[in-house]
Amino acid sequence: MASEIAPPETAAANTVGIVQTKYATLFVPPHPLTLEGGQQLGPITVAYETYGELSAAKDNAIFICHALTGDAHVAGKHSSDSRKSGWWDGLVGPGKAVDTNKYYVICANVLGGCQGTTGPSARDPETGEPYGLRFPFITVGDIVEVHAALVRYLGVQTLLGVVGGSLGGMQVLDWVARYPDMVRCAICLASAAKLSAQGIAFNAVGRRAITTDPQFQNGDYYGDDPSKYGEVGPRGGLALARMVAHITYLSEASIERKFGRDLQHSDHLAYDLQSETEFKIESYLHYQGKRFIERFDANSYLYLTRAMDYFDLAQRYGSLQKALANTNARFLITSYHTDWLFPSSQSREIVRALVEMRRHVTYLELESVFGHDSFLIEIEQLEELVTPLLAETYRRVHKK
Amino acid sequence: MSRYGVPDTTAALTDRLIMDQVGRSSRVLDLGCGDGRLLCRLRDESECSVQGIELDHRQVVEAISKGMPVIQADLDEGLDEVPENSFDFAVLSQTLQQVRHPQKLLTRMLRVARRVVVLVPNYGHWRIRIQIMLHGRAPITGSLPYDWYNTPNLHFMSMLDFRDLCHQIKVRVVKEIPIIHGQAVIGAWGANIRADSALYVIERE
Repeated sequence: MASEIAPPETAAANTVGIVQTKYATLFVPPHPLTLEGGQQLGPITVAYETYGELSAAKDNAIFICHALTGDAHVAGKHSSDSRKSGWWDGLVGPGKAVDTNKYYVICANVLGGCQGTTGPSARDPETGEPYGLRFPFITVGDIVEVHAALVRYLGVQTLLGVVGGSLGGMQVLDWVARYPDMVRCAICLASAAKLSAQGIAFNAVGRRAITTDPQFQNGDYYGDDPSKYGEVGPRGGLALARMVAHITYLSEASIERKFGRDLQHSDHLAYDLQSETEFKIESYLHYQGKRFIERFDANSYLYLTRAMDYFDLAQRYGSLQKALANTNARFLITSYHTDWLFPSSQSREIVRALVEMRRHVTYLELESVFGHDSFLIEIEQLEELVTPLLAETYRRVHKK
Repeated sequence: MSRYGVPDTTAALTDRLIMDQVGRSSRVLDLGCGDGRLLCRLRDESECSVQGIELDHRQVVEAISKGMPVIQADLDEGLDEVPENSFDFAVLSQTLQQVRHPQKLLTRMLRVARRVVVLVPNYGHWRIRIQIMLHGRAPITGSLPYDWYNTPNLHFMSMLDFRDLCHQIKVRVVKEIPIIHGQAVIGAWGANIRADSALYVIERE
């Protein structure tokens, strides 16, 4: 659930530099992907980026799973005049925790997304029209299946690590449940083995905001060029969905600290209901909503939040213990004490299951005021855990 | 005037002693595992499946660097992350006197593990008795620069006191090994007055 708080600026010297998004076409008929919901889908285009070099032994690959609204662009910049770096540039790069001098790093946009991988804004090859709501129902498991196919396509059989936070962390858990022998190290941050009822509730509000927008038109709002989803469709509804969701990524303490009751334009109250962005926090949320609709497709938001709602590892495998019993991966689980969307109790549930099944697990509840978004912001805190874990795992794997 | 402190039993000795109590290939939980030194030896030398618990952040990072699995947790918070009966052994070395509720912790440990190995200081040692009687000064522990107002040691118990507690919470003492002058002396005479510390192996009755 990446929100828009940018990672801290880092020195230019330790970045991966200029990178490009690449595309792979997988599941080409007659070999479509059979989705968990039973439907078939193919071909599927996957947008991905890679950094660093795959070792001769092909034992140094790390897959990064992005959160709800993230993309394949984890690190570096797309051009020298890009204003923004990749969404986890602080963590991924030469000499950083996910060290691109040592490791081969892969990140890909999720199935159902709108940042290059096939999703509802893609054209259905059968009709030539954008899928819209005719796009099949997808799950976190389907997302992982597509990424696993990409990893194999890149010539990688085992992953040194799979890393992700929030919806990305759900993918990490699904990876080890689905491919227990493929993963050496699973890093699952601010996440859970199932979305809580509270999480489903917030997603429901977001979706309702979109579907009740008159511009939604049952998902067929694209016009001639579906890649310009940012200019058409239920923009008001999508912005509203983002505003609500964004609140859930913050904490009471961080909002208080950053905005308090400060006013945006004046020192005194206007006593005017027309003034919509009187408080700084209002103005901030409006801005977040506005920025979001420029880069995100409302239909993707519907599909991906639904995929999150459906995620429940225990339900799928009979129990959490059964889901996690078959892997020898080393786990790093972290939660944040101010995260009320994915509270620590949910991480502890995973830890308990892993301990019971005699798996290798390290768990910390980290201190941060930033709530759910902490995993995107508190890079140094993460670095000091991730660096030794990956290094030690790599040493052990490489020795064999 | 130099004051007597209960000597810190050397890590090498206590590690060895604890490892002797833990069966090969057991599932072991080390509470207050520090930098994971003992876990490492249990894994590598005794082929144990290990798990550590440690509160101090720096120590947790150290343990990760050694490849040890560690849960960061406060032993006074109830071991929520550890399911019942999930370990063969739970180990607690020189820490019981530092937790707020030793009785609760012991009971909880015996719920998550079949056997508990615990190393405790013996404040019944004769020099501590003299210190209190003659000089009227509170006992301190080891070479560490603690005084009564900043020591992590919250409880001062003797070997007899520890046995009393075991009896009270219906725990069977499988083994009692007094440590005198840095040496394990099983069945030592006058242990409660001579031993610096003692190792116990206990289990549910």
